[in-house]
Amino acid sequence: MRVRTRGYWLYLVPSLVLFVAVIVVPFLMNVGASFTRWSGVGTPRWIGFDNYARLLEDERFWQSFQHNVGLIVAMAVVPTAIGLVLAAALFDYIGKRFGPRTASALRAAYYLPQVLPVAVAGVVWGWLLHPSYGAVNEMLGLDLDWLGDPDLALATVMAVMVWFQLGYPVVIFMAGLQRVDPAYYEAAEIDGASWFRRFWHITIPQIRPEIFVVLLTCTIAALKVFGPIFVLTRGGPGNATMVPSYFSYLNFFQKSNVGYGSAIATVLALIIIVVTFLFLRVQEREQ
Amino acid sequence: MRGPGRWAVLAALAVLAVVMLFPFALVALNAVKSPADYSTQGPLALPDGLYLQGLVDFWNRVGFGGKLWNSFVISGSVAVLAVVLSVLNAYALGIGRVKGRLSILVLFLVANTLPQEALAYPLYYLAKAVGLYDTQLAVIIVMTVIQAAFGTYLLSAVLGQFPKEILEAAAIDGAGRLRALWQIVVPISRPTLNVLLIFFFIWTWNEFFLPLVFLISNDTQTVPVALAVLQGEKYMDATMSSASALLGIVPAVAFFLIFQRTLTRGVTVGAIK
Repeated sequence: MRVRTRGYWLYLVPSLVLFVAVIVVPFLMNVGASFTRWSGVGTPRWIGFDNYARLLEDERFWQSFQHNVGLIVAMAVVPTAIGLVLAAALFDYIGKRFGPRTASALRAAYYLPQVLPVAVAGVVWGWLLHPSYGAVNEMLGLDLDWLGDPDLALATVMAVMVWFQLGYPVVIFMAGLQRVDPAYYEAAEIDGASWFRRFWHITIPQIRPEIFVVLLTCTIAALKVFGPIFVLTRGGPGNATMVPSYFSYLNFFQKSNVGYGSAIATVLALIIIVVTFLFLRVQEREQ
Repeated sequence: MRGPGRWAVLAALAVLAVVMLFPFALVALNAVKSPADYSTQGPLALPDGLYLQGLVDFWNRVGFGGKLWNSFVISGSVAVLAVVLSVLNAYALGIGRVKGRLSILVLFLVANTLPQEALAYPLYYLAKAVGLYDTQLAVIIVMTVIQAAFGTYLLSAVLGQFPKEILEAAAIDGAGRLRALWQIVVPISRPTLNVLLIFFFIWTWNEFFLPLVFLISNDTQTVPVALAVLQGEKYMDATMSSASALLGIVPAVAFFLIFQRTLTRGVTVGAIK
């Protein structure tokens, strides 16, 4: 019996209406605004590509993307690398010698920062890193202004983000290792392969899809990062931790440069769309 | 590494666990420390006694109960509404296999990954125009669409595997499409829908950017927004700050503990977000 498919369209109607109102129209309005000079009140004035030309020459814009690269390292690259070692150690070593309960307790400890709202994680670290009463200086016997010193601020934010992000790859990779055939590990162990060889030749190739998913989702998250910057540094000191999302927010809501802010947001959106498509393409190929 | 070596590995991993958990412990320790105690002993010492006044003062000053309620109303509404929309969409895309389903799915996925900065100003402008600015309804509508975009992507794949025979049997029995959805598809997919519901709730609870833009008055703010904008207030001294951090941590950790089993089963599902 053939099930007719035409009537199913009806079920998409509520979402499509909302989708157009909340995503499509605002996105097009944002792109439109990026070609204007507009303070948010009155009539926008059409200025063509001037905002984009100005972006290319704006040192702060380039710096903000450089900082994004740093955050990709801190949120995607480093957590993936450390997460791989931790997941393999917990799964292939601790789990076997000390039991699965020990392994999952450690996993839960690494994962706990991930459950926090990222703004709350920022509040926690803002307090820990406070230059006069913070616990970090007290513990290390130092007297540094971690978030207020332009040479330190970005590195400090990066370290906080490693702490926040680390648990995510550990959990995903350990879940991925569950589906690896244990025979691989048993055979390798009988052959006397060292832990490192098993890690390199079994663990990494077997969970390649997970590694890929984690790297890409974390890269997108790093490109969008806003909350920690808002809470910890507001892009400062100077522009030491400025990122595109905060830079556009600043132009929208504090400087009333809506056109310029829209141009920044549009560029960021395009970069993220490209990364998303890259992700879909490779995911398709993997399957 | 049979002998003492294995204890060294365990010790190294345990040290890392302590480092990861240390900020939580410090926050808890200092949130119950009196300001006088903090200024003489510093942040690392154990508190002299249990001093709850800092927490109480902070709670009352910011009306924290109200913030919790706001977060709860927004996250709960978004979770329910987004699951409803996801089910309707996935029914059409996964089971109905309407034409152009692949492009619709990609569109939804892109909508979910789009930076909210690229929507924020027009949304702010439109919300003001229709009188929804600074209302929770505005945040609920926008977040529902964004979460449902992801839910649709995920649930369509799940419903794509739905056993056709059951639906055909129902059709022969004369069940209409809406009844088949409500009485067959939804009950059978309940476990997946529960995971989605919990994810949507927690993701919305943790959301920061859009609530920050939309909710400017004290009466409407959510927990993360309130805690973030209070940073740097004059009365936020060392112990008050740790009290505020603790009040932000407790609900998040509580959700984690309550939903842990569902979440660890479902976290791989969330991996594509």
